[in-house]
Amino acid sequence: MQLRPMMQLAAVLVLLSAGGTAAQTELTIWYHGAGNETESSLVNQVIDDFNASQSEWKVELGSFPQESYNESVVAAALAGNLPDILDVDGPVMPNWAWAGYLAPLAIDESRIAEFLPGAVGRWDGELYGVGLWDAGLAIFARRSVLEANNIRIPTLDNPWSGEEFDAVLVSLQATGDFDYAIDLGMAWTGEWYPYAFGPFLQSHGGDIVDVEANMADGALNGDAGIAFGEWWQSVFERGLAPGTSQDGADRETGFLDGRYALQWNGNWAALPAVEKFGDDMLFLPAPDFGNGPKIGAASWQFSVSSQSENKEGANAFIEFALQDRYLAAFSDGIGLIPPTSTAAAMTRNYSSGGPMEVFFELSREQATKRAVTPGYVVAALVFEKAMADIANGADPADTLDAAADEIDQDFESNSGYK
Amino acid sequence: MSKQKSVTEQPLAGWAMVLPAFALISVFLVLPFLMAFGFSLTNQRLISPNPTEYVGFQNYARALDVGFLTIEPERDAAGDVIRDDDGEIAYPRLRTFTRNNPDYPHLDRMRAWFSIGLNDDRRFVVLARDVVFMKALRNTIVFVAIVAPLQAFIALGLAMLVNMKLRGVNFFRTVYFMPVVISMVVVSVLWRFIYDGENGLLNAMLGMFSFGAIAPVDWLGNTSTALPSIIAMSIWQGVGFHMVIWLSGLQTIPGEQYEAARIEGATRWQTFRYVTWPGLRNTAILVMVIITMQAFTLYPQVEVMTRGGPLDSTQSLVFQMVIRGYEKQDIAGGSVISVLLFLIVLSISLIQRYLTREKD
Repeated sequence: MQLRPMMQLAAVLVLLSAGGTAAQTELTIWYHGAGNETESSLVNQVIDDFNASQSEWKVELGSFPQESYNESVVAAALAGNLPDILDVDGPVMPNWAWAGYLAPLAIDESRIAEFLPGAVGRWDGELYGVGLWDAGLAIFARRSVLEANNIRIPTLDNPWSGEEFDAVLVSLQATGDFDYAIDLGMAWTGEWYPYAFGPFLQSHGGDIVDVEANMADGALNGDAGIAFGEWWQSVFERGLAPGTSQDGADRETGFLDGRYALQWNGNWAALPAVEKFGDDMLFLPAPDFGNGPKIGAASWQFSVSSQSENKEGANAFIEFALQDRYLAAFSDGIGLIPPTSTAAAMTRNYSSGGPMEVFFELSREQATKRAVTPGYVVAALVFEKAMADIANGADPADTLDAAADEIDQDFESNSGYK
Repeated sequence: MSKQKSVTEQPLAGWAMVLPAFALISVFLVLPFLMAFGFSLTNQRLISPNPTEYVGFQNYARALDVGFLTIEPERDAAGDVIRDDDGEIAYPRLRTFTRNNPDYPHLDRMRAWFSIGLNDDRRFVVLARDVVFMKALRNTIVFVAIVAPLQAFIALGLAMLVNMKLRGVNFFRTVYFMPVVISMVVVSVLWRFIYDGENGLLNAMLGMFSFGAIAPVDWLGNTSTALPSIIAMSIWQGVGFHMVIWLSGLQTIPGEQYEAARIEGATRWQTFRYVTWPGLRNTAILVMVIITMQAFTLYPQVEVMTRGGPLDSTQSLVFQMVIRGYEKQDIAGGSVISVLLFLIVLSISLIQRYLTREKD
């Protein structure tokens, strides 16, 4: 009851200030985090601070649920209704830039000089996106389980080799203590497949698309690709990992319940594991299958729309958002990896001695972008299906051949995405 | 004739009454179809800065192109068939024929669809340029061929059951009709739990009634059970709708005919054969046409339960249409499937019309 007059006063003040700032040019920003309260309040904080910091522009937020965000942007672009600032998933960015939805960023390059490579989105020689964070993957493991089975604990400098990793899986499965030696996350269909499994292919020496040659034939289904495909199939044939019919709930709880010995998962799932296992919990680097250990890079980034009439203001907002305190706030709020070491030092989890510190190094050392080409969007879908089919017993070489042909066919019907 | 006359006397009123339906059908059915046909002759994309180009019937050729190859088993120097470690006959890899082999240019970039064993251990391989489309076509036809007769038959049985004059029969009518009212997406999500490979309801029930003799089956994760599982669930979901149509047909049959049959001493089968069935003739045509058309648009079950897997065993034409046109941004590819689907459904409807025409 005491609050009522205060709220009325606040409303009057808001109205007055709105009247006073009518000269400000309105900018809109679209964000994919609708439904996540913490994330929304973080974005709102940045917007409020920016609006208060200058008198030229006033940013308005439009939030969308992540599942339908990309569709909303495509529909808006076709209708000519894009906002001034939009966020875009890293691997999708080249597609939107090629389609003409995005304008190159005009921000001070020195601001992002120290950023993790995954948080900086470049295509065709231009900077199109900057992320306030990156995400990283690691093998989740328990020290006690590895030590009980005489398994060497790998380090960033000395990760498991491909053979060593395979032998670890076989010996963990042989203990009989676990349903499966490793949970790769086959329940998470969609972008998870190319994000999480593409780096295994890259570590073998292949890739989904050879960006230089602008084709998939030879990269996806070359000797390295087929070697990867055969290993991939053998993991499921030998029952070392749950297959495509894995239940989503098992993915969430299987490792925590001790039914899976290892788990291939991201930093967003790290906190519950640390809370559950404490000091026993380890985040191990990806294995090196011969071409270096790799994990996927690039998460959501901010971009300026090509249809914006106030690109100057949009760039000013993005530059404003790149302050360490916001990078740290996002990390503390939703657990993501901050893109600079100075911001990392300000966070709870990634500062020196923090429980997820290792992810920052993993991201800096191993992060490899998914094929940076406008064709990625289709190639990722084709790759996802190929991974599922091979896991289900399809011939690896024939499946990868067909996938490469389909990707190349798509490149051809898009005039090479030039 | 008198009706026609009155329309011609008042042409404006006639056209005005036709107009709403005509406009809606034109805008939402005829126009999109014509656009789809137009797009299918181009390389139209969902997102692209490039101009759309006319490519003729190339997209259709790609979808329908098939090739044939007879392969000989690999033989050693003595001419004996080489067998691998499992005793299986070793054949040369198909990719040696289909990839950059100048002797087989017509098979370049094709994939094996299926193969048939011939004499002397030779195999006859049927290849297709777009195997996923072929599998989707086959699955859709299998789905229609099983669902259409079975669903119509079970719906008729249910309609006759709930047509009996018993107390509480409305309760059963409601129960049988309930799945129709629930959205197919919701039904699919529920049945995904029922079919769950580890602790699903179906496995639990089978295990209980067989005292553990039947091991749990991963119904949706197995190439041999995935499509039958979707078929069973689809029949269950749609059967109530057709039951109601049958029921309305049953209730148009005059009671005197049944009384006459009883007086004549007809058995139950004779009553059905000579009274009920002839009275349902038009209803039967309607039910078959509706079921066939509905079954060809198999989509939400696949999208929610399997997304075409495992190994393409549940691909369907409409699912591929959405995947290509929307997710893969290939409007032309999706349009090709929609035009082909239209032609298939149209020709089946015409055949049905011909077979069920009034024979004077």
